[in-house]
Amino acid sequence: MADQAQAKAEQRAALAVTVPQTIDLRKRPRIGESIIQTVLIVCGFVSIFTTVAIVYVLFQESLAFFADPAVTLVQFFTGTVWQPPINEFGVLPLVNATLVISLIAMLVAVPLGLGMAIYLSEYASERTRGILKPVIELLAGIPTVVYGFFALTFVTPILRGIFGDVVSIYNMLSAGLVVGVLITPIIATLSEDALSAVPNSLRQASFGLGATKWETAIKVVVPAALSGILAGCIVAMSRAVGETMVVALAAGAKPNLTWNPFESAETMTGYIARISGGDPSYGSMDYKSIFAVGLLLFFITLALNIASRRIVRRFREVYD
Amino acid sequence: MSTESQRTQPRSIGSLPEGEAARENVSERQRRGKVWEGILLASTIFGIIILLMLAYNIVDDAFGGIGVQYTVEEEELTDGRPLEELSQAELIAILETNLRSRVLKNLERERPLAERSREELIDIINEEIIKPEVVAVYSLTEFLFNRPAIEAELRESHPRAEIQFKSWLSWDFIVKPMSSDPVEAGIRTAILGSLFLLVLTMLISFPLGVGAAIYLEEYKNDKPFDERSPVGRWMNNALQRTSGLIETNIYNLSGVPSIIYGILGLAIFVRSMQQITSGAVFGYADPTTANGRTILSAALTMSLLVLPVVIISSQEAIRAVPSSLRQASFGLGATKWQTVWKIVLPHAMPGILTGTILAISRAIGETAPLIVIGASTFIVTDPSGLFSKFTVLPLQIYNWTSRPQPEFRAIAAAAIIVLLILLLSLNATAILLRNYLRSKRVST
Repeated sequence: MADQAQAKAEQRAALAVTVPQTIDLRKRPRIGESIIQTVLIVCGFVSIFTTVAIVYVLFQESLAFFADPAVTLVQFFTGTVWQPPINEFGVLPLVNATLVISLIAMLVAVPLGLGMAIYLSEYASERTRGILKPVIELLAGIPTVVYGFFALTFVTPILRGIFGDVVSIYNMLSAGLVVGVLITPIIATLSEDALSAVPNSLRQASFGLGATKWETAIKVVVPAALSGILAGCIVAMSRAVGETMVVALAAGAKPNLTWNPFESAETMTGYIARISGGDPSYGSMDYKSIFAVGLLLFFITLALNIASRRIVRRFREVYD
Repeated sequence: MSTESQRTQPRSIGSLPEGEAARENVSERQRRGKVWEGILLASTIFGIIILLMLAYNIVDDAFGGIGVQYTVEEEELTDGRPLEELSQAELIAILETNLRSRVLKNLERERPLAERSREELIDIINEEIIKPEVVAVYSLTEFLFNRPAIEAELRESHPRAEIQFKSWLSWDFIVKPMSSDPVEAGIRTAILGSLFLLVLTMLISFPLGVGAAIYLEEYKNDKPFDERSPVGRWMNNALQRTSGLIETNIYNLSGVPSIIYGILGLAIFVRSMQQITSGAVFGYADPTTANGRTILSAALTMSLLVLPVVIISSQEAIRAVPSSLRQASFGLGATKWQTVWKIVLPHAMPGILTGTILAISRAIGETAPLIVIGASTFIVTDPSGLFSKFTVLPLQIYNWTSRPQPEFRAIAAAAIIVLLILLLSLNATAILLRNYLRSKRVST
């Protein structure tokens, strides 16, 4: 009897050990997993580090630039002469050239890119798309320096053939036209994505009311995709503003405040490329001015990118 | 708005065109539609036309005619017999009669002429006596279709010159090192520099980009800290916000012009980290490269440039893996990392690789950041390591295009062909690799 009672007590004691009062259902901490997760977060942080570094570097050297007695903020933004060797630091000529070239580029790229996008999404058969899509991708994949070569050795001679000698060898028109070709694929692909995302029911309804294909495309599909198209155009514009190689090769190396596209004028990117290619010594005014111009360029493109994102968010038509 | 309503109002009360008018209205509208379709098609075809013009432009410059002028004609030297048929003694005799004694003495000192082979002697005669010199460069179209005109022009300017066909793109051009003489120049150093830069950029940006993509896709909604304590909750919250920030940030970074990355590289990698990127820290002290403008700086800059695109394309590939696979893996008791490493990554790998190779092939064509960080445009030595000076193909193209002489334009065009072939083969590799990995997954 006593043995039995003892055995039972032992059994109970054993049970009490194996079945705890509360069960901890939380994930067991694993050191290996935590380390891996930390490493992955660090990878993600590299992108934040990049942004911080860009902003820091641009601001630091720009502050040094503006701290120089030879240059003032007012002069920088309102001066009409950019001649660092004689202490003339008015950034307007550079900004103006960038603007002229980007505008010419947009005049080429918006109709062309939109035309391609509408044709591909509304008209083209599966087979035609199979042929035309790679063409656009090829255009997008060609390095910009090749477009620069094209502008200088092909487009400029043609322009000089048409308009005569009023076109200088380095001119904004040729650079603008070729930058336009360069950003056309961006507008075409982004707009085509937006157009393809418009639900088919809208097209069917329009056809049902007796509209022709063109009327449907231009009055129903394009307005429905307008936010995407607009965003694509702005992204392309930002790309045109930041484009370097074409303008460095074809637009010339002389800061020039003019609206005449036949003249040569240096853009912001062209200036940065020319000065840094000449190997300026650290701390010189030339060196610092690169950063000031770069900061302005960074803000312009950032503003354009943010604007494109806002437009997509605010004006997107949501269909279900 | 008001004109719109005026136009639509009468129709809604029943005055739609009828009969003949309706038919006319419809056919008119359809005609207009056809016209616009034509315009749209034309704008698309314009893209093809531009591609063709680009190809024509490059081929036209990379091949063509040259006007070659000899100081002494071969026939005059040998009385009309070709050099190859002459005996060694005759070749030596030609050298001795035509070269100045000082040059001859130098040659003898290097190695006696009598000991040299016939080929060597012919080379010397070509180089020292005949001295072919390119005096004019003609494009392919001029050479093929305008022959009489350019011949007349050449006869006027260089009476003794003659026109030959010249392919600027040749095996010699690919394997020769750089030279300041466009006829002698080659692009071996530039090709090696480009490939070196490509591999380095891939080694840096691939792990970083895929790591960040895994974090954003798989771990973003994790709560690694204890939710029951306020500190843990705060930490989890902060982590979530940062993830959101990283995503917005990546989008914005992808829109930053490449030349800004160049400025970043110049200030950080070339200047601030000069001790590291020039190799001085590791005892690699080469005075010519100790300025930080090395291939390592370039690779780091390029990695930051392509990182956003690598992350975005990797994210898309990871997102495309069906979540049922993850759930099955968790159900079998795998941990998160085991699931990611053994299930998600192998499935996403074809997509990740394609996206990454395409992104990095963009870096191969980039020129602006390298100009800014100050890559050399003229070097004759091949890149030898992380800390060597370097040049790349696009930089050579830029440098040659910006010179006024037509010879340089011709070799720029030839280099462009090489660059485009390199890019196309990279893209083809990406596609083949993807297909191969996909087929492998299906078969197992």
